[in-house]
Amino acid sequence: MISEKLKKNIFIYLLLTPAFIVLIGVVFYPFIYNIVISFSNMNLRHIKDWQIIGFRQYYKVFFESSQPDFYVIFIKTIIWTVVNVFFHVTIGVALALILNQKIKGRSIYRMLLILPWAIPQYVVALTWRGMFSYEYGAINLIIQKYLNLPGVEWLKNPTEAFLACILTNVWLGFPFMMVIALGGLQSIPNELYEAADIDGAKWWQKVKNITLPLLKPVMIPAITLGIVWTFNNLNIVWLVSNGGEPSDQTHILVSFVYKAAFNLYRYGYAAALSVVIFIILLLFSLKFMNKTKVTEKIY
Amino acid sequence: MKIKNKKSFLVKLITYIFLTIFTIIVIYPIIQLVSISLRPGNRLLSTDLSIIPKDATFDSFIKLFTERPFLKWIVNSLYVSFVVTISGVILAALAGYAMSRFNFFGKKIALLSLLTTQMFPATMLLLPMYIMLVNLGLINSYLGIVIVYSATALPFCIWQMKGYYDTIPTTLEEAALIDGASNFYAFYKIILPLAAPALVITALFSFMTAWSEYVVAAQILQDTDLWTLPLGLKSFEDNMTSEWGLYAAASLIVSIPVVILFLVLSKWLVSGLTLGSVKG
Repeated sequence: MISEKLKKNIFIYLLLTPAFIVLIGVVFYPFIYNIVISFSNMNLRHIKDWQIIGFRQYYKVFFESSQPDFYVIFIKTIIWTVVNVFFHVTIGVALALILNQKIKGRSIYRMLLILPWAIPQYVVALTWRGMFSYEYGAINLIIQKYLNLPGVEWLKNPTEAFLACILTNVWLGFPFMMVIALGGLQSIPNELYEAADIDGAKWWQKVKNITLPLLKPVMIPAITLGIVWTFNNLNIVWLVSNGGEPSDQTHILVSFVYKAAFNLYRYGYAAALSVVIFIILLLFSLKFMNKTKVTEKIY
Repeated sequence: MKIKNKKSFLVKLITYIFLTIFTIIVIYPIIQLVSISLRPGNRLLSTDLSIIPKDATFDSFIKLFTERPFLKWIVNSLYVSFVVTISGVILAALAGYAMSRFNFFGKKIALLSLLTTQMFPATMLLLPMYIMLVNLGLINSYLGIVIVYSATALPFCIWQMKGYYDTIPTTLEEAALIDGASNFYAFYKIILPLAAPALVITALFSFMTAWSEYVVAAQILQDTDLWTLPLGLKSFEDNMTSEWGLYAAASLIVSIPVVILFLVLSKWLVSGLTLGSVKG
């Protein structure tokens, strides 16, 4: 006779085991292996006969004068993340506020505005790359025809290429924030606004005192996730700049590691840099989550 | 009174202008794709900005299927995506339920580690797995790519299923258990059907992960016979001067089904995402 408790325990482990085994194999083991590689001299020539060489690869990450420089890319990555997430959130929330009102054709607008999120990312990236083409790209044609300005060499200069990546990613990312914000707005009880109306509050007072504070708990996790995803967004930078063009000057950290690993075959170095990126993100997320919780308590 | 009306009219006007501008920005690239896909081969690179080009033709679409292995890429992509989706949904539906309902040793750590995987840069798992696959001789195999895709999709899927189960009251199973049902019966017959929206969203997520993935596929599937759609489309883009029309046509065909799915399901997507991320 099996006891109820044992039965329940068996049931729990039956539920967990398949996923657990797969996760050990495809996440945990590679993760540990990556850390091992990061302490080794593995590269294309030493793929089988590698040795542990301690922290040398980590030293290289921070102090090797690489072209492009680690710190330059790091700063670029921060700019990339901050600018993107800022526009995602402001555009997203603004559109959500508008779509949450009674507006003609609301559902059609909503449907159209979600499109950038629905289209596969690589299609977005490659299509925008085409639109940024100097001679035939739609963006330059519009600039020349309607604004009478000279065309911009979007993909040949580092600054413009980086800007092109950012524009593409802003276009791609705001619908996510808009959808999350819309969900949050719909959960705010109408009575609050009615009470505010009775008190004679102006619309911006309502936004400031009701909408935004109540939207915050919904947006904070989404923003954290957005920051992590943007920081790690390899697709857009890699495909819009075609692997860091011109001459490896359009990189964020993830695209730089990808290049080190798969174009330059510097496995040990790439593994070390991956760990560094991961730790940066982990520390940031812990801090960010903590800080926002603290501010919530103050409210 | 008059002043207030005027003001609200102004607000409304600004609102509509803002909305319209963003809608145009959003649909313009898509219109571009349509327009390029309809251009005849000798006018691919034109400085024409009209939406429907002069002498529009479906040549690019026909060429995709008759002269290029496009159909094969579709089949390959469908195959990989379905395997990833089905395995992901089953594993996540089971594990998510355990995570939501029961306490077990190491649960908190397990949940936190799942969340932590979201912070891995792409190379963090891709590089070691790539080296493992090389050593195992699984480069250029679908097994290899399915493994890598599962690693990216599964943690998020489990987290999401758990979040949804959390919203279903436990009283439902408790009642069934009192009536003498087994744990499995309560889960399978009562909770799982209620979690249908979450299952659909999880399926959509896993499917999109595999269907739209380029950077991993580029490393693992080097044999052109095994190429999935993203690799094929990128090869068109590389020859922009001659194959831009093919690229545009192909990307429309690739995007339309997922976009439709996405729009149909977007209602559940919102609730799934917000619940999954807020609760925990």
